[in-house]
Amino acid sequence: MPSVRDIRRRIKSVQNTAKITKAMEMIAASKMRRAQQRTLASRPYATKMREVLSHLAGQASEGDETHPLLQRRDVKNILLVHITPDRGLTGGLNGNLNRRAAQHILEEKRAITVITVGKKGRDFMIRHGQKVKAVFTDMTDKASISNILPITKIIVDDYASGAVDRVDVVYADFLSTMVQKPTVRQLLPIVPDAESMEGEGATADKSAIKKHTVDYIYEPSRPALLNDLLPRYIDMQVYQALLEAIASEQSARMVAMRNATENAIEMIGGLTLELNKARQSSITNELLDIVGGVAALEG
Amino acid sequence: MATLHISIVTAERSLLEDDVDMVIAPGSEGELGILPMHAPLLTMVSPGEIRLKKGTGESSFAVTGGFLEVRDNKVTILADAAERADEIDVARAEAAIKQAQEAIKAAPAAKELEEATKSLQRAALRLKIARKKRGTGVPGQ
Repeated sequence: MPSVRDIRRRIKSVQNTAKITKAMEMIAASKMRRAQQRTLASRPYATKMREVLSHLAGQASEGDETHPLLQRRDVKNILLVHITPDRGLTGGLNGNLNRRAAQHILEEKRAITVITVGKKGRDFMIRHGQKVKAVFTDMTDKASISNILPITKIIVDDYASGAVDRVDVVYADFLSTMVQKPTVRQLLPIVPDAESMEGEGATADKSAIKKHTVDYIYEPSRPALLNDLLPRYIDMQVYQALLEAIASEQSARMVAMRNATENAIEMIGGLTLELNKARQSSITNELLDIVGGVAALEG
Repeated sequence: MATLHISIVTAERSLLEDDVDMVIAPGSEGELGILPMHAPLLTMVSPGEIRLKKGTGESSFAVTGGFLEVRDNKVTILADAAERADEIDVARAEAAIKQAQEAIKAAPAAKELEEATKSLQRAALRLKIARKKRGTGVPGQ
């Protein structure tokens, strides 16, 4: 049986751990609130923009003067934008994200180039020998449209030049504080919304695309409008994905740290019980010694 | 009679979701009024005033640019920035005008000058819309 002193030392150490995880929980909680707020606030804009663009997309295949970003080609090369946190201690989030990306890469037989945003994804992709085209880190604390422009520039340039024929984004979709879903979304070419989500790609048929197509009146003109709208759309979608990823990261971390704190407190309870038992038995032993000693003297 | 469903969203927030009778917006080719049953339309929005008519009431918004989509009696305005007229802080707009004017005077390069001119225009626009709103006392929402 461990000595009273050993148990005391362990309790102390677990208490210190609990203090740290509690502090991390609180930091994550405050960051989470801000991140969630931003994510939810900009979601309507991103969603509406996607709606508008998905209506436009159906026409693209028939259009003659189509914008380079609306061209659909046979998919030979795929660009995968992998958005992950920079840091760990997020429970299962990082693992799930990397697994989702890996699954996506394995399912795709075509050549894939990866852009990673976040250190965890970078390490994962490099470790597994994927072709990594660009690496972005430390985006999470300063997420803004202007900061993601370098990412979208690569995406737009590669797609417009024909170096890649499809661009997918992997990120953690923020559903709630408890639930974050690793999601693959097709960014380019732009497809009607239902089709861009994973799993539904196979079910969306031509008629659905047709239904989405609307003959718009364009002002001032279609090319001018597309020139303005499309780059902004890409920026906005990547920005939204990043916001979702940040909200997910902070939520996951807060929950993970809360669990850790609770476990530590539970452990302290168990150890305290053990400590009391050990103390009790050492007192009993001492008493026995004394009683034994007295008995020997008297005898 | 059919109504138009309007939503105004900016990157920061969803500003408005409502059913109205008419939308008047500054399109890139001039001001345009949209009534129910309008044909599908996609246009850029110039800086200006968006007016919404509902019954006898009218409300107004300042917008600095963006896109407008009309489809199936739904009007969606993707605004770069937008504000409800009665939310505009007149004092702040005035201060912004002064600041922009000084920036124009002091502007060392063409790029800064352009920035400052733009921000002057934005501030002047907001002020104009806010003043107009208060001056006429049109019942808003």
